[in-house]
Order: sequence, then structure tokens, then C-alpha cells
Amino acid sequence: MSTATAAHDDHHDHGAPAGLMRWVYTTNHKDIGTLYLWFSFVMFMIGGSFAMVIRAELFMPGMQVVDPQFFNSMTTMHGLLMVFGAIMPAMVGLANWQIPLMIGAPDMALPRMNNWSFWILPFAGTMLLSTMFMEGGGPAFGWTFYAPLSTTFAPDSTDFFIFAIHMLGFSSIMGSINVIATVLNMRAPGMTLMKMPLFVWTWLITAFLLIAVMPVLAGAVTMMLTDRNFGTSFFSAAGGGDPVMFQHVFWFFGHPEVYIMILPAFGVVSQIIPTFARKPLFGYASMVYATASIAFLSFIVWAHHMFTVGMPVAGELYFMYATVMIAVPTAVKVFNWAATMWRGSMTFEPPMLWALAFVFLFTLGGFTGLMMGVAPSDMQYHDTYFIVAHFHYVLVTGALFGIIAAVYYWLPKWTGYYPDDRLSKLHFWWSAISVNVLFFPQHFLGLAGMPRRIPDYSLQFADWNMVSSIGGFAFGLGQVFFFFIIVKTIRGGEKATDECWEDAQGLEWTIASPAPYHTFVTPPEIK
Amino acid sequence: MSASNEGYYLPEPSHWPIVGSIGIFLMLGGFANFLHGGSWIIMATGFAVVVYMLFGWFGMVINESQNGKYNAQVDMSFRWGMSWFIFSEVMFFAAFFGTLFYARIFSIPWLGGASNNVMTPELLWQGFEAVWPTNGPGNVGGDYEVMGAWGLPAINTLLLLSSGVTVTIAHWGLKEGNRTKLILGLWATVALGAAFLACQVLEYGEAYNHMNLTIESGMYGTTFFMLTGFHGLHVTLGATMLLVITLRAMKGHFTHENHFAFEAVAWYWHFVDVVWLGLFIFVYWLV
Repeated sequence: MSTATAAHDDHHDHGAPAGLMRWVYTTNHKDIGTLYLWFSFVMFMIGGSFAMVIRAELFMPGMQVVDPQFFNSMTTMHGLLMVFGAIMPAMVGLANWQIPLMIGAPDMALPRMNNWSFWILPFAGTMLLSTMFMEGGGPAFGWTFYAPLSTTFAPDSTDFFIFAIHMLGFSSIMGSINVIATVLNMRAPGMTLMKMPLFVWTWLITAFLLIAVMPVLAGAVTMMLTDRNFGTSFFSAAGGGDPVMFQHVFWFFGHPEVYIMILPAFGVVSQIIPTFARKPLFGYASMVYATASIAFLSFIVWAHHMFTVGMPVAGELYFMYATVMIAVPTAVKVFNWAATMWRGSMTFEPPMLWALAFVFLFTLGGFTGLMMGVAPSDMQYHDTYFIVAHFHYVLVTGALFGIIAAVYYWLPKWTGYYPDDRLSKLHFWWSAISVNVLFFPQHFLGLAGMPRRIPDYSLQFADWNMVSSIGGFAFGLGQVFFFFIIVKTIRGGEKATDECWEDAQGLEWTIASPAPYHTFVTPPEIK
Repeated sequence: MSASNEGYYLPEPSHWPIVGSIGIFLMLGGFANFLHGGSWIIMATGFAVVVYMLFGWFGMVINESQNGKYNAQVDMSFRWGMSWFIFSEVMFFAAFFGTLFYARIFSIPWLGGASNNVMTPELLWQGFEAVWPTNGPGNVGGDYEVMGAWGLPAINTLLLLSSGVTVTIAHWGLKEGNRTKLILGLWATVALGAAFLACQVLEYGEAYNHMNLTIESGMYGTTFFMLTGFHGLHVTLGATMLLVITLRAMKGHFTHENHFAFEAVAWYWHFVDVVWLGLFIFVYWLV
């Protein structure tokens, strides 16, 4: 649609403006959602290429490809880019596209701030990546940037890293404020809280978590900054501080952060499974309460990341019991997904395949989480490849699979075309198999004692590392293939119906495919 | 009434966010560069760009508000936005209060041998007395004096608490349509905020020049200056916003039922006030 056709009309009826500046100045939630999703894909590719370097180095014992400092920088930047650059922005992108469509709102509540939330990211990402080219190299202390590695012993580029984190946090806080204001204030008449789609619910709770913990992360990096440059003693025992305190502050952010990355994926799966099982979600209310319980518990379990670090026994016991309690609401969710499928008329379109893989593989990652939630057994696995396997099961086959499922689910609504069914299924099976070849052997490596974050290892770990690397290269290739599928879908294909998926429920399926530039300018009635 | 007044107000595309992003990028990148021997000019430029953005963006919002483009629903979005922004600020301060409590309750007693750490002072820090306030077993920053609670800090408490009263009086004036009361109340609040900041400058001067109490004085100096310093920054920000509100009130911007900007700043001011009470108790009083 050209802008000229609507010139006589009220300005709300404009189509998309033309040119590059459309994307820079935009206040449209769909444009901003698209920007978030493409940004996250670029970061996903860069972070993925770092993972390829890691797997190449670990393909065989001995030092082959990179030097150890650079290897550490790769593990650090891979983690930072994937967490802050890929997973979180992708979830915000989904929120931007879908929340207004799902609650019948004309846009996000604060559209200009929405633009700012996004447009900070490329600058923050540039600052973060620029550290790699500075004297002394980029951050190489792990994505958890524990003091004193990140304070006393870190390169000068660390201060740029600190400010990049500040900017990312600022963006997340503004984005979350927008989500909360939208959900609480912009719902169409009749859309009561307990009628909201579960994706909206999980994002509402995620946004609350973000606003609560991103400022704490900002505090943590600010303390690093002053310890490094202004002589404060936060993490120095000589002055009465404590390096372990860094870990407490960091994980007070870090533990809710892992739920920030997974809760929206829970929401996505809770949308997809009912659609393709052709049954309403089993236990809607219990899903909402379970999500809220997980969010609450996420604030009081952080020190389970620190069982081996030195804590009073009472602390170890408390954090162990609290952690294991999270299994209860999580199990409620998995049970409800299974019960939704029970006696459903199931079909296995690509979104459903990814959602099913999510349920299986995320649950597997949850089980290994339980093993490490128990303090005495965690002592055995701490900082081995077992933890690497665990968090990649929950973040790759959990959060990332949830995002990919969401993209396949909503892509027809966004572009007006279905993704090619055969290619999408090939992408799915290729990824689902290779990701297990990649990460499953890492359990064995960890149990056998291989430490994480090392560029070289002893000979007994050789075979499984080679298997894991082969899986890694295959999985990486599969995601380049994903890029081609998306581009192909945007350019054309089988035309999507407005409903997109047979008998799909929800407001987003009542509007045209592709979704017009402005939707729900007059709010729909919800019965 | 224009058509845009009936539905939700959806703003046109805007260049202010990207200006803000560039400003923040220059300011923070320039700061990091400055810390490693670079010039301060990039940082200052970035700060100027941010200030320019704030003027432009808020100016645009004020214009839209004065032209009646916002309905009750937009007002509510602003209310949620401001409330959650203040909550995020609360959590930022919580991180720093957390470090203070952690140091006082755990790390410092442990350095002195509490719990199962009997050997720590024996082997590492002989003769360390783990009593707050402390600059740590390394006597970091050398001997210093502790800032008492009942001098300037008590006066500052009085100033801030009074400013909470005057801002409420101004609010009453606004609701009653009493402009004199509104404007005098606001000026009084701004003045009290400025007086608070002046006292804090005096206090810092005293600490640095006569008490050898600096940000480098171990954990006591660290928590003292970081907590009061960040609070002072927030008072500066709050007082600036109050000043803007005062000038707007003098231009006759607010009506007795439509004055969310006033309320947002008043909320922020009360938040700053409450943080100060926490500071007064845990940083100054109970040492």
C-alpha cells in the first residue's frame, strides 16, 4: 500500500512508509517486532559462528585452531551474544508482533519508547562486539563475568563490555515496561486477564521478572566499573568486600534471567499444542498459576549456582530445597501439555513438531537440572560439561526451539505465505537429530570429569568431543538453512488463509494474512 | 475535537529515539574511552545529544498533551509506565543495599573468623577486628573518621521530609485550583531539594578534606559513597524534573484533573525520599 492513497484520510490509516527511515523512525509494533527478530537472527548467526570456533578447537585434543585466550573470549562472547543478543530480543520481537494482535490492541502502549528499546540494541551489540578488536582482546572471563577475573585481571575492553550491558539492560527494562503497560491497559473490551492467551500471560510475568532483575545486573556491572576504575572494594576482601558477593548479586539477576528466556517459550508451546491437537489447553488456570509460581520461586533459589563456592550448610540446604520445589510447577506445565494432546486430533505441521521436540527435550534438560539442584550431587558435576549439556538442553532445545516453533507458527500471519512444508520438516528433523548428537554426549563428558571452558583436554574425552563437534557443525548448518526457508517464505509460496491453521483459536487468526500494517484500530468485542 | 482524540493516540514515526541511542552510545563509549586515557570530548558530546533528545522528546509529549491528543487510556499507560520505572529504580538501589547488608552480616564477620572461618584471620588477616564500620583487614585507604548521623545528615533528612510535605501542599493547590499555593509549594520543594544537594556537597567536602573518608576507604567508604552518591544523582534528576514542572505550572499547563506529569514527578520525589530514609538508618545511624 502506498502512503499517497491514504493521504486524505486520518493518519491512522496510513500503510507502511517507504524507505530506510521507515525502520529507523517507526512506531509500529509489527515493524519493531520484525526489527527485533532480524536483529536476533544476526546475533544468533554471529554467536553461532563463535560456537563453531569452540567446537572446531574441541574437535580433537591438543591446541589446533585458536590460542587459549581467544578460546575463552569465544565462550564468553558466545554466551553473551546468545543470551542478550539472540534469545532475549527474539522473545521481545515475538511479544511486539503478537501481544497487540492477541489482546486486540491497536499497538503497544508506548510506541515511541518501543522504538527506542529496539534501537539501543544495535548500538549495544556494536559496543559489545567491538571489544574483540581492542588491545588485550575481548572479555574472556565467561558470560557470568565473575570477579576478580572481570575486575582485577580483565583487559581494558571490559569497561566497554560493562557499558554494553548497561545499554542492553536499559533496553530490556523499557521493553518490559511497554509489555506490562500494554497488557494491563490495552486489552480489548471483554478480554479479561483470565481470558488472555497463555503467550500473553507468560510475557506479562516475564516482563515483571525483567524489570525486577535487570536493574540488579546494572548494579552488578556498576560495582565492577567502580572496583576497576574508582577504587571501591565491593569484590575485594582486603577492603572488607567479597568476590563471592559478586556471584550473589549476579545470580540474583541470573537465575530469574533463565526463566526470562524460557517462560515466553512456555507461552508459545501453550499456543501451538492446543491448535494442532484441536483441543483447548488443558488446565488453563493452573498454567497461569504455575507460571507465576515459577517466577516467584526464581527469586529465591539463586545460590544453587554457587553450591561449591563456599556457603554455610544452612544456605546450601535452603537453596537446594527451594530449587527442587521448582520442579512442581514445571511438572504441572508438562503434564498439562501432555493432557492437552491426550485424545486430541493431532496433526504434525512444522510448528507442532518443534513444540513437541520442545516438550521432550526441555523436560530432559529439566531433569538434569534436578540432578544439579541437589547440592551433594552438584558437587560432582559443577563446572563440567554436564552443566554445559544441561543449559544447552534448556536454552537451545528449550528457548530456541520455542522461538523457532513460534516463527513457523506465526510466519504465515506475518508474511501471508506458508513456509515450504517439505523444507520446514527437513529443517526440523535435521536440527532435532543434530542437536542431540551435539549436546547429548556432553553429559557423558561431564560425568567423566571434563571441565567446561577449556580449549584442550585429556585423551579419554576425545571420542565424544568429536561426535559432539560433528553434531555442532551439522546443527549450525541447519540454522543457515532456516534463514533460506524464511527468506523463501517472505518472497512467496502457498497463500495463507486468514485462519492459517485449521480451527486455530485466538484474535490473531481473525485478521487478514499477511496482517495489515494497522490492526484493531477499533477494538474487537470479546465474548 | 479532532478525530485522533477519540481512539487511542498512536504517535507518528519519530526521530527522537535514534537520536537518544546515538547520544547514549557516544556518552557511554566516550566514558569508557576516557577511563583509558581518551579525551572527554566524545563523552560530553554524547551527554549533550542526550540532553537535546530529552528536551525534544519531552517537548513533543508536552505539546501533544497540551493539544488534547491524549485520552484517559493514554494517561493510564503513562501511569503504568512511570510506576514500573520507579520499581526498576527501587531494584537498582536494592542491589546496593544488598551489598551493604551482605558485607555487614556475612563477609566482614567471616573475615574476622565467624562461622567456620576460624583460620581466616589466623592465616591471612591477623589482628583484624571485624566491626562495622570498617575499611577491611587491609586498612584500605588508611585511617578515616566515620560520618556521624546527627550533623548534616540529620539536617538533610529534615530537608527532604519537608520537601515531601511541600510537594503535597502544591498538589493540594493544584486540585483546589489555587495557583499561588501550587507554584509556591513547587518552588519550596525545588529549593529544599537544592539545599539538600548543597548540604551533601558540604558533607562530601568534609569527608574528603578533613576525615580522610573517601570512596577508596574500604567497604565503609565504598557503600557510603556509592549509596549516597547514587541517591544524590537521583535527587539531582528529581529536582530538575521538579523545576520543569514548576516552570510548566507557571505557564498554566496543568488543570485540576489533568496533571499526570506533576504526579509522576511527585511519585519520583517520594521514592527518592524513601530511599533516603533507608540510607539515613542503615548508612548513617546504625553504624
